[in-house]
Amino acid sequence: MFEIVEARPLARNIKLFVIKAPRIAKKQKPGQFIIVRLDDSGERIPLTIADADPKAGTITICVQAIGKTTMLMNMLETGDSILDVVGPLGKPSEIEQFGTTVVVSGSVGTAMAYPTARELKRAGNKVVSIVGARSKDLLVLEDEVRAVSDETYVLTDDGTYGEKGLVTERLKKILESGKVDYVLAVGPIPMMRAVANLTGPLGIKTIVSLNSIMVDGTGMCGGCRVLVNNKSQFACVDGPDFDASEVNFDVLMQRNNMYREQERQSIELLQADPEAELRKLRESNEQHACALEAAMSEVTR
Amino acid sequence: MTDKPVSHNPLPNKERAKLPRQRVPEQDPCVRAHNFLEVNLGFPPEQARQESLRCIECPKPGCIEQCPVSVNVRAVIDLILAGDYLGAASKVREDNALPAITGRVCPVEDQCEAGCVLGKKGEPVGIAYLERFVADWERETGQFGSPVSAPPTGKKVGLIGSGPASLACAGDLIQMGHQVHVFEALHELGGVLVYGIPEFRLPKEIVHHEINVLRRRGVVFETNVVVGKTVTIDELVNDEGFDAIFIATGAGLPRFLNVPGEHFNGVYSANEFLTRVNLMRAYRFPEYDEPLYPCKDRDVIVVGGGNTAMDAVRSALRLGAKSASIYYRRTEKEMPARVEEVHHAKDEGVHFEMLVNPVEFFGDEKGNLTSVKCIRQELGEPDESGRRSPVPIKGSEFVVPCQVAIIAAGTSANPLIQSTTPGLAVTKRGYIQANDDTLATSKPGVFAGGDIVTGGATVILAMGAGRKAAKAIDAYLKGTPEPNVQEKASTVSAD
Repeated sequence: MFEIVEARPLARNIKLFVIKAPRIAKKQKPGQFIIVRLDDSGERIPLTIADADPKAGTITICVQAIGKTTMLMNMLETGDSILDVVGPLGKPSEIEQFGTTVVVSGSVGTAMAYPTARELKRAGNKVVSIVGARSKDLLVLEDEVRAVSDETYVLTDDGTYGEKGLVTERLKKILESGKVDYVLAVGPIPMMRAVANLTGPLGIKTIVSLNSIMVDGTGMCGGCRVLVNNKSQFACVDGPDFDASEVNFDVLMQRNNMYREQERQSIELLQADPEAELRKLRESNEQHACALEAAMSEVTR
Repeated sequence: MTDKPVSHNPLPNKERAKLPRQRVPEQDPCVRAHNFLEVNLGFPPEQARQESLRCIECPKPGCIEQCPVSVNVRAVIDLILAGDYLGAASKVREDNALPAITGRVCPVEDQCEAGCVLGKKGEPVGIAYLERFVADWERETGQFGSPVSAPPTGKKVGLIGSGPASLACAGDLIQMGHQVHVFEALHELGGVLVYGIPEFRLPKEIVHHEINVLRRRGVVFETNVVVGKTVTIDELVNDEGFDAIFIATGAGLPRFLNVPGEHFNGVYSANEFLTRVNLMRAYRFPEYDEPLYPCKDRDVIVVGGGNTAMDAVRSALRLGAKSASIYYRRTEKEMPARVEEVHHAKDEGVHFEMLVNPVEFFGDEKGNLTSVKCIRQELGEPDESGRRSPVPIKGSEFVVPCQVAIIAAGTSANPLIQSTTPGLAVTKRGYIQANDDTLATSKPGVFAGGDIVTGGATVILAMGAGRKAAKAIDAYLKGTPEPNVQEKASTVSAD
């Protein structure tokens, strides 16, 4: 059982969680992720680690409510528990002295790009951050990003905050105005594909962090396979970071839509009575803790 | 050899051999093909007794010789005849920590039952059914003859993985007085017993029971630890004070066919399909959250001929598939699956297509699988495994509709531990090298066994490895280590 020591809303439908997970806090590196299962009937979903405090034994994640599990998770509060948290999984992001780097992120992707941006800065790179969101109320971690970036551009699709426009429009201007050595893009698939289309022809090293559907996260099932350079790769162990110019985004998008119908059904069931689902989760986790205690305390005959 | 001088069998040998083999009660094929309840219902006591009466008590029992963990079958059968079922269960447990499991999943026709003299002329004694009977009796009556553990040695052993190799090893080590800490990567304990083998063949409740027995005896289990990621072997030894390590992480990465179209929605590895269905209970969606690409009213093909393929195809059938077929590249004779599983699959209506191999998958504009192109094959010369290798017949391609395809073409070694453990020698195929007799690796104090050493094998062989490792670890901890891998290496690997 993993305790939530802090739960705090960051933006509309986006919540930050600080979770007690000492083993993971000690080992994690930027770019890695965890897999959570909320309760006994829960599915396993991957979530990128946004930050960690090895001394306190905690990790931080930012969750956008888009499916049943993330919606239910975002109803959890400080003091609640998550049944299973495993990690750190995946390869850490490659941090080198590249020169001028541009970190492009969309919405909750900013939480995933932030730790890598921080490490890029620490490694002596010039960091230019482009943070985008559909609207002002979907923007997260702006201050944190500004603190580790040499330049920061904030854009919203609807112009409610910062510049009005798409992150790729801003990226295009930056690419035209000077030399860029490295680009990291984290966010919705169409955004990552658009970034790859811009930087590919210029031969700029561009990394994307892929959000495939996963089960175990250790290479055992192959469900997260993506076509990279026309070869099958497992996002959980070979990634999640890949060279953007080699990623087949169509296949990624297609495979991420594989369970669309079931996802819709699960969301409907949750929305019919969210409070009941939350109660069920809390009761189930409490029972789980008791059952384990009982099993441990039984005396050898 | 038996330690029972007096036999409880009242019949003369001649009459015993005339008794017919007892048929184990099963769920009707038409009914069970639509549910996930256990297929075999097990012997009631009277049938167990009748079956036990058939044993002719050979002076040199072939059944014991052919058992990978040398269960004293003859003594067990005599205890059943004496009516001492708990004694019989304890007798099995002396050599086999998980009898309720092996009694269900062992490939007995190649092991104990292959060694039974009766099998030469007629049918062998139903040893697996008897083993299962005593184990179930013990569990259902709430009794357990727990072996007494040796005094604590103060030594701490870390077991990586909680599958059959690890559980068998844990049982022996705790009895020897060592502290045992099992690390599991997934959220549930049991390894392949819970993510791989379906409920209808091995109910999870039975696995949980065996694990709780170990827990009561003092074994500590920690889930959600991916050794190699969450913590390394070196950290366990240097920072957490483990005196020895046993790596039993199992089969690893799924193999795909590497043919075009394998990325279409609806193409699964057997590992993923079975993990979703078994571990994640996707067959009970939406009560359980994990989704599964629908099999209902669809054509499902499973590529492969092993037990995993049978488990997958029979699961697909239970999920309501319109048709469920096995596509295997050799003939039925070469299929590695247990004979009983093949029979069960056939009775339930699984279609078998032999000597075929998929060459391409096709999908619609949404990327959903619609059909598969296969080529027919014939058997040529024997390959390195001794089985005749299939050769494609030119021009024999054909296309069949299918909306779900499950690839059960074996696994390869998962490199998570090997790549994070300096000094751990691996084979050229990436499996961990271990001494045949002691399972010691190239790294002092680190032992390895089961599928991560041999490649995909069986539950009982993994358990045999676990017991072998326990013996060697005990010797190592007592300061009488046996030779390590540099002197003698095992590089057995599976097809």
